[in-house]
Amino acid sequence: MTMVTLTIEGREVEVPEGTSILEAGKRAGVLIPHYCYHPGLPVAGVCRMCLVEVEKSPKLSPACATAAATGQVVHVHSPKALEARKGVLELLLINHPLDCPICDQSGECELQDYTYAEGRADSRYREPKRFNPVEDFGGDVMYVPNRCILCTRCVRFMETVAHDPVLNVSERGDRAVIGKFPGADLTNPWAGNVIDLCPVGALLSKDFLNKARAWDLDRAATICPNCSQGCNAVLEVRDNVVVRMEPRPNDAVNRYFLCDPGRLDYRWLNRRDRLMTPTLEGATVDWAVATAAAIDAIAGRRLHVLASPRLSNEALFLLARLLRHAGGEGWYTVPTGPEAPLPGVPDLALRADRAPNGRGAESLGFRRTDDAPSLLAGLGPDDVLLVVDEELAGATVRTAAGVVLVVGTTLPAWATGALVALPIANMAEEEGTYTNLRGRVQRFLQAKAAPGSARPTFAVLADLLVAAGQPADYLLAADVFAALASEPPFAGLSYETLGLHGMPVPE
Amino acid sequence: MGYPHKSHPRETPVLSRHFGDPDARTLAGWRQRGGYRALEQALGQTPAEIVTTVKDSGLRGRGGAGFPTGMKWSFMKPGDGKPHYLCCNADESEPGTFKDREIMRWTPHALIEGCAIGAYAIGAETAYIYVRGEFTEPLQRLTDAVREAYAEGVLGARAMGSGTRLDIVVHKGAGAYICGEETALMNSLEGRRGVPRIKPPFPAVAGLFGQPTTINNVETLAAVPHILANGADWYRGMSLSSPKSTGTKLFSVCGNVRRPGNYEMTLGFPFGEFLHDVCGGPPVGRRFKAIIPGGSSVPIQTMEEAEATRMDYEGFVAQGSMLGSGGVICIDDRQCMVRVIARLARFYAHESCAQCTQCREGTAWTTRIVERIEAGDGTFEDLDTLLSIADNMTGKTICVLSDSCAVPVVSGIKKFRAEFEAHITQKRCPMRASASASTVAVAAA
Repeated sequence: MTMVTLTIEGREVEVPEGTSILEAGKRAGVLIPHYCYHPGLPVAGVCRMCLVEVEKSPKLSPACATAAATGQVVHVHSPKALEARKGVLELLLINHPLDCPICDQSGECELQDYTYAEGRADSRYREPKRFNPVEDFGGDVMYVPNRCILCTRCVRFMETVAHDPVLNVSERGDRAVIGKFPGADLTNPWAGNVIDLCPVGALLSKDFLNKARAWDLDRAATICPNCSQGCNAVLEVRDNVVVRMEPRPNDAVNRYFLCDPGRLDYRWLNRRDRLMTPTLEGATVDWAVATAAAIDAIAGRRLHVLASPRLSNEALFLLARLLRHAGGEGWYTVPTGPEAPLPGVPDLALRADRAPNGRGAESLGFRRTDDAPSLLAGLGPDDVLLVVDEELAGATVRTAAGVVLVVGTTLPAWATGALVALPIANMAEEEGTYTNLRGRVQRFLQAKAAPGSARPTFAVLADLLVAAGQPADYLLAADVFAALASEPPFAGLSYETLGLHGMPVPE
Repeated sequence: MGYPHKSHPRETPVLSRHFGDPDARTLAGWRQRGGYRALEQALGQTPAEIVTTVKDSGLRGRGGAGFPTGMKWSFMKPGDGKPHYLCCNADESEPGTFKDREIMRWTPHALIEGCAIGAYAIGAETAYIYVRGEFTEPLQRLTDAVREAYAEGVLGARAMGSGTRLDIVVHKGAGAYICGEETALMNSLEGRRGVPRIKPPFPAVAGLFGQPTTINNVETLAAVPHILANGADWYRGMSLSSPKSTGTKLFSVCGNVRRPGNYEMTLGFPFGEFLHDVCGGPPVGRRFKAIIPGGSSVPIQTMEEAEATRMDYEGFVAQGSMLGSGGVICIDDRQCMVRVIARLARFYAHESCAQCTQCREGTAWTTRIVERIEAGDGTFEDLDTLLSIADNMTGKTICVLSDSCAVPVVSGIKKFRAEFEAHITQKRCPMRASASASTVAVAAA
């Protein structure tokens, strides 16, 4: 690869030939303000916010559309460049309603950020402002044209990434707005990305509308738990309630995107019908009592584990150890749905397998079943059924197992007769790793607190192992992962090496 | 000739010789007048020879930018294995400009011949003529002429009986000024929204359909057959001033002038004499106040500047303006300059493609301020604001539409500041004193 060396704000940086000045700036640690540029979209060069001064060039150059070249000396904060950006900001605001106090984007708005950083304190605009009514774009998307800066990120996303050109720029001059082609709606399963791509408050999520101010949100890196793609995401929590899930960039998995079914399916993380305390025959007991009773019940019977594919690798690893100790078999079942690829990104789709860790369960020795109810119905008095956070929602379930044990976030209706029920945290309430369908191991972090006395799954399972006389001295999920990574298939990995973007399972 | 008037003796009719002569429109009539000999001759030469002749002639782009035509053609690398295209920009929409219209109306075969030679010279088999949507009659004439040329074997798989394929496609625009910008024109031809593209890449590298493309104005291409027929020296010899400005140029004259129309002048002619003698001067009892000499996008000239101007590329620049497209807009002493500028600004605000922030918002804001000043509601602060916005709109956008809107505002305020100030201090348009008085009377009643 041919490299070029240039200087941006006095910092020398080497980048591959063909890199834009804007990207080279990122590499040098210099943020060049911009609106229409987005690394996941084709360059438009229309907002003119990223104009920088390149020495020996007569005019200011758009950093997004100018290739870095050896010997270039770029000034981002020179008076000329600052003046130009100030001008753009003033023009972007002349028709803007300045309604930040009631705008959902406030606090995460690039128009707000750059105006505070570099804009004028006042406006010289004395004329009436342009007005266009709010429009429902279909899907989860609402359009507020008065706040739109016509950066066309949404138009370019639908056209070149989703391959579903529903949006356009309608009209021209200052009458221009983002329009929909007649009869079309933003119902594409990936259309919600236009909300994240919109740098201002023009495209809003109907789901998130008026729910929270950006600065009231707690954010945690997570993995979307709704299919086997393993899209990197951020869970956003207000007052211990998940209110939004947004994509987190990862070039190896989902680039900058997250599908609508994935991002909107977070309410189950806020369920109110949770198991709150450990119970023995329906009565609340101490953790130690319940754990000991569970291990006693397993002794002398054959153990059958039905594990949720939403469990972390850490939990599944401990379950596998319990199975190995007690003798028995582990099963998991995966809900499925239609696959919905995002055409503009290779190997990115809402996957048919609507669970995040089927691959992890498989690699840790669990077997997949598409008919869990039959499996359960076939159990007899000598069998113990340990259900780990699997409700088999929608199925009619009957089991003749001698003992039913539940480790879960909820108590399924068909398991109310369970001998022991141990409350655990759901995926938003604990940390762990998932293995996506391509074998990439990725961490997710705790986003909120678990209710009642529910504990992290790995801790509950480790206690079961200890009660069974097995060594399981794990303080943190990282300790479990270290044990997990001491042998194949996860050998060599650690939370440190995984970082927040994950690593493929070593071949 | 000064169509629709008789030719003025001081004109040099080359392109306009047959304006007003219906017989020249037909292929037979055109052949009788010497047509298609240049094409025949060209097809016997190598493309490189033609490019050299055009280079030597000194012909420069007649659309407004004045880029040397031969040099533009030489950017098309022969034998690069890619299809080449020629675009003819017939989207003549610059306010004050109507010369291409007359070429297409009266001598469509001149344009076809020029396109054919140009296409051959740059290694293109296909030339697209993008005609302004509102040009109903020129489009009809051109379409008829192209059909005739195909029927007679002038165009087609074996053009003029040679082994060369030459196709011409006439495409009708949909009425957007911005589609006269070369890359917006290409987007429009490709069926996309007509918005300018970021350059680089320039059209010679990646133009129409992503292939090497040359784009020339109608008048430029129409001049090419004459250059080939008469030689580069003949063309270069037609110059009254700078050796960098050669040949003849059509000037469309409109506004407050006694004989509006198209005039073909040898470059370098004195502009003052042109206005007063050739065009007949201002209407009786009035005097010229200002001239916009090259279409609405060039700076306004005061009469002192205009009188001192030589009509060539350098001459207009030396006197604070540009030759541009040659659309001469005459403004006499009864016109309100603020109103003139407001009208021009409104045009650009209406035609902005809405891509770049400075243009989309700046043209509209400028218009509102100038219209407010014109209505008597302006302040002195507004003048500073206007100049500041204009500065913001200049040299910062993808194309020059934004700059074009700033140009009349800046030159207008700079050269006719007193008129702006009169509007502000008198709180009304001084030129429309009686009109506003009657308005007040109506309002009172």
